[in-house]
Amino acid sequence: MIWIDTIVQGILLGGLYALFAAGLSLVFGIMRLVNLAHGDMIIFAAFAILLITGSVGLNPFLAALIAAPLMFGLGWALQRFVLNRVLGKDILPPLLVTFGLSVALQNGLLEAFSADSQRIPAGPLESASVDLGIVTVGWMPLLTFATAIAVIIGLNQIFYRTALGRAFRATSDDPVTASLMGIAPKGIFAIATGLAMVVVTIAALYLGMRANFDPSIGPARLIYAFEAVIIGGLGSLWGTLAGGIIIGVAQTMGAAINPEWQILAGHIAFLIVLLIRPRGLFPRAVD
Amino acid sequence: MILLETKGLTANYGQFRALFGVDVTLAAGETVAIIGANGAGKSTLLRSVTGILRNDTGMVLHRGEPIGAMPAETVMQRGIAMVPEGRKLFPSLSVEENLKIGGQVRKAVGPWTLEAVYDLFPILREKRNVPGTALSGGQQQMVAIGRALMSNPEILLCDEISLGLAPVVIRDIYAAMPRIKASGAAIIVVEQDIGRALSVADRVYCMMEGRVTLSAPAATVSREAIHTAYFGDAA
Ligand SMILES: Nc1ncnc2c1ncn2[C@@H]1O[C@H](COP(=O)(O)OP(=O)(O)O)[C@@H](O)[C@H]1O
Ligand SMILES: [Mg+2]
Repeated sequence: MIWIDTIVQGILLGGLYALFAAGLSLVFGIMRLVNLAHGDMIIFAAFAILLITGSVGLNPFLAALIAAPLMFGLGWALQRFVLNRVLGKDILPPLLVTFGLSVALQNGLLEAFSADSQRIPAGPLESASVDLGIVTVGWMPLLTFATAIAVIIGLNQIFYRTALGRAFRATSDDPVTASLMGIAPKGIFAIATGLAMVVVTIAALYLGMRANFDPSIGPARLIYAFEAVIIGGLGSLWGTLAGGIIIGVAQTMGAAINPEWQILAGHIAFLIVLLIRPRGLFPRAVD
Repeated sequence: MILLETKGLTANYGQFRALFGVDVTLAAGETVAIIGANGAGKSTLLRSVTGILRNDTGMVLHRGEPIGAMPAETVMQRGIAMVPEGRKLFPSLSVEENLKIGGQVRKAVGPWTLEAVYDLFPILREKRNVPGTALSGGQQQMVAIGRALMSNPEILLCDEISLGLAPVVIRDIYAAMPRIKASGAAIIVVEQDIGRALSVADRVYCMMEGRVTLSAPAATVSREAIHTAYFGDAA
């Protein structure tokens, strides 16, 4: 009985990790760019939401709705004016630039908000739970998981049902030939990063409502996101969800045995999957 | 009216010079063949026109305006569509998506729609939901041509559409040429297959080692003249 509860909590936790990972997966899938500042951007967005809720006294969901287009704009500009210049055959320059950005974001947030722990106030939602018969789950984890699924469905709809998604996939396949179709690859990259930042904002909303955060915790979120993406197989969003769930379940089971083992158990699960399936659970057919 | 013109076009790959002052013109409604042996510089010429290879000195003119410094996407949006060497279909896209993407940015009105392309190459209608790269070489070539037509281009550039295909397949593809011509596009066909090229062209250029060695009307050009221009005097 306790195990069923542990597994269910782990699955729901996986939804949060999938949210962390979806933006990373999107950007990597389209432009083979590994954004080392991804975790810090989540924390940045969490502070942005906090700032909006605090100053205007808004509901955090509405605050995220305001933050999302701002984050889109920031992502678009970052790609357009910085990252596009360093993208190329050599993968090292974009890694260095995003690493630098990660450090700069952490220090900037520390300067602006201090090292104190913060939390986005979510009101009664924070402790509300629902009895599902065999297990009782919190509304917040449930909502997080449902949001992760909605985000993945939404991104897949964009990818496979719209002209923009067609341009994403074509540019990812072959940017030179895409330009012969009238598509500006660098413009597509900027939109993709903007979209990833919208997903980052959603991830930040749940991160900030569920637990305390401070400027230093970005890199650890990046690691969870990485692990989820790699377990899932690069480029598959449903795979990313599966990866998030595997890490989530490993963590809650580890914690059930010994609370100190929570984080370690997630990393061990990642290593085991990597040993058995080096290309992840659902590798893309074409690569 | 001259739609497209290169004036003293040069092109380099790093230190290597691939074109040495190439002059070609293309008039409205005209079909021009560019023939030449492997490595003559034919693809380089098309890449320079489309903006994949950029040049900045007004060496490529479209309707009299210099376009050589424009990025490929801008050139394409002016109505210059390319069927690239090796077809270059998008592996992640189905046949129909490959066709649609050709016309999704430049949405010019004209005779070419999805249905018109399917009428031109009926086999593609059957295979519309298959990944583009799962088709045979000839069918892939049909998709590449259809994809370029979807933007209703004013100028269609075809780079070796017969390359690597069986003669019967080449015949099927070239059978579509008259209908493409009749739709109004001016066409440049780059070919190593001299007979095919001459069968559809109004004029022919021959290239050798980065230079134009012959320019003549397709109907009256002699075999000897082509032979000399293609292989050089020594041959
Ligand atoms: N990407 C490239 N890098 C370096 N040299 C190239 C490249 N592409 C073509 N070349 C060289 O440029 C010359 C012309 O090539 P190309 O235009 O492809 O000829 P063609 O299409 O007539 O066969 C050849 O000598 C070829 O080796
Ligand atoms: Mg060639």
